[in-house]
Amino acid sequence: MIEIRFHGRGGQGAAMASSIMADAIFRMGKEVQSFPMFGVERRGAPVASFIRIDDKPIWVRCEVYEPDHVVVLDPTLIQAVDVTSGLSKGGILLVNSDLPPEELKIKGDYKIITFDGNGVAVEFGLGSKAQPIANTVMMGAFAKAFGEIDIDKLYECIMDAFPSHLAKKNADAAKRAYELAPTPD
Amino acid sequence: MRKVITGNHTVSYAAKITRSEVVAAYPITPQTQVVEKISSFCADGEMDAIFIKVESEHSACAACIGASAAGARAFTATSSQGLALMHEMLHWAANARTPIVIANINRAMGPPWSIWTDQNDSLSQRDTGWIHYYCEGNQDVLDSIIQAFKVSETVSVPSLVILDAFFLSHTSEPVDLRDQKLVDKFLPKYEAKWKLDPKDPHTYGGLTGPDRYYELRYNLQKDFLRVEKVMDKVHQEFKELFGREYGRVEPFMADDAEILLVVSGTISSTAKQAVVDAREAGLKLGSLKIRVFRPFPFDLVKKYLKGKKAIAVIDRNYSFGGEGIFYSEVKSAMYDEPHLPIYSYIAGLGGRDVAVKDILAIANLAKEGKCDHPTWWGVKL
Repeated sequence: MIEIRFHGRGGQGAAMASSIMADAIFRMGKEVQSFPMFGVERRGAPVASFIRIDDKPIWVRCEVYEPDHVVVLDPTLIQAVDVTSGLSKGGILLVNSDLPPEELKIKGDYKIITFDGNGVAVEFGLGSKAQPIANTVMMGAFAKAFGEIDIDKLYECIMDAFPSHLAKKNADAAKRAYELAPTPD
Repeated sequence: MRKVITGNHTVSYAAKITRSEVVAAYPITPQTQVVEKISSFCADGEMDAIFIKVESEHSACAACIGASAAGARAFTATSSQGLALMHEMLHWAANARTPIVIANINRAMGPPWSIWTDQNDSLSQRDTGWIHYYCEGNQDVLDSIIQAFKVSETVSVPSLVILDAFFLSHTSEPVDLRDQKLVDKFLPKYEAKWKLDPKDPHTYGGLTGPDRYYELRYNLQKDFLRVEKVMDKVHQEFKELFGREYGRVEPFMADDAEILLVVSGTISSTAKQAVVDAREAGLKLGSLKIRVFRPFPFDLVKKYLKGKKAIAVIDRNYSFGGEGIFYSEVKSAMYDEPHLPIYSYIAGLGGRDVAVKDILAIANLAKEGKCDHPTWWGVKL
């Protein structure tokens, strides 16, 4: 079983990102489970959401303590939350940031990747310049880094999940991020 | 068709696919998404139902009783304090023999305010005369609501279908949404045996003296005794049409188990993983999920628990001044087996996580005969 944790702030769509990504992985023939951090969501407050992936039905219905990979939607969370808590050795830590990975000053045996998701979000008009919403962009970037998510399936799921006036630009942004994002060394 | 959806939206789809004709509801966390979706189904014309916005859960249940008494298939969903506010009407619905189905999202009772899961809200409704289903996954939620209408309408007893807050309500996973034609075949339009009809006026529920009331309650229990047989038949029919097996209980690696967990709700799902892990570590563990709590499956509990070395009942609830509520029922079922050790473990109140490691630790305590009758697992003192 593979477990992934998303960190974001209330309003940035971390829960939506994990459920859309779970849907894409399901459409690739896997069993999935996705849930938000079980709490009261307030705009701006740190939130988390989770995905479980397996080849067989998933029985475990408790919280995720030791994720294989982590996606951080907001660079300011690095100071606020222990984003590597329980993260498996060698796991991907993908951070939405325009800084190079070493400048994040995160210690640990992880594949740390940074990607300027906010830049792509602004380019595609997602959120505002002051408050870009990079959840779909970071899904695209994670699909690239993870290497096991079909970008066309992800595109299709984003199109299905959003209302029509938002769907295409989110799906296109995810695809763009997929093209631009690095893979782990 | 399998689709990734949340437990809450599964409930909404269940209302739609069962062709519920009246939905009267009041929103409450964590149930709100259920009502939002049903309301948009109705507004978009995807669901041919009357959606009634009411000012409280008491009114929601009352409106469902009225609708059901007039011969409509009535549905609502609530949670916690909302279910508590319905309490008077729950008795009324059962005693009026209106086969309503209510989905209740298990949420702990305040104060202090909590939005997280435990079973004290639904178990406080134990004696209201409703059938109680506890669900372990979203598929189970959909299928239980479909089955509940059929059982309820056959015996004229209402049903509560219960799912854990967040662990199901907000969890997305693949659900086979079931084919409308098959559901129509399984659950035809509700034909009330008697109903309010302006052309043929009757009064129901008027003052009834001691000479008749007693017999009405006897009749309710007599019909409850039929429920088990009706359910077993409904499960068989469901399996033939939809290919999925359901029972009043669900044993998991139970036959050759030495230690048996008795569990309910989402804990029974996590417990399956614990059973598999325990087996790998050499502990002959098994589990028995209590899916239907009322009528309590005394016959099946006896069958599966007999001859075990020890039983560990995990309760996500408590009867204060008493004991774990499932534990009480299990002990009562095993009255004829005085030498069977039955241990009581309380866990997960107010949404405290119950992980695989917690269940394994409880199983090992039971194996060693360690229990404080009950053990409040993980309590921070």
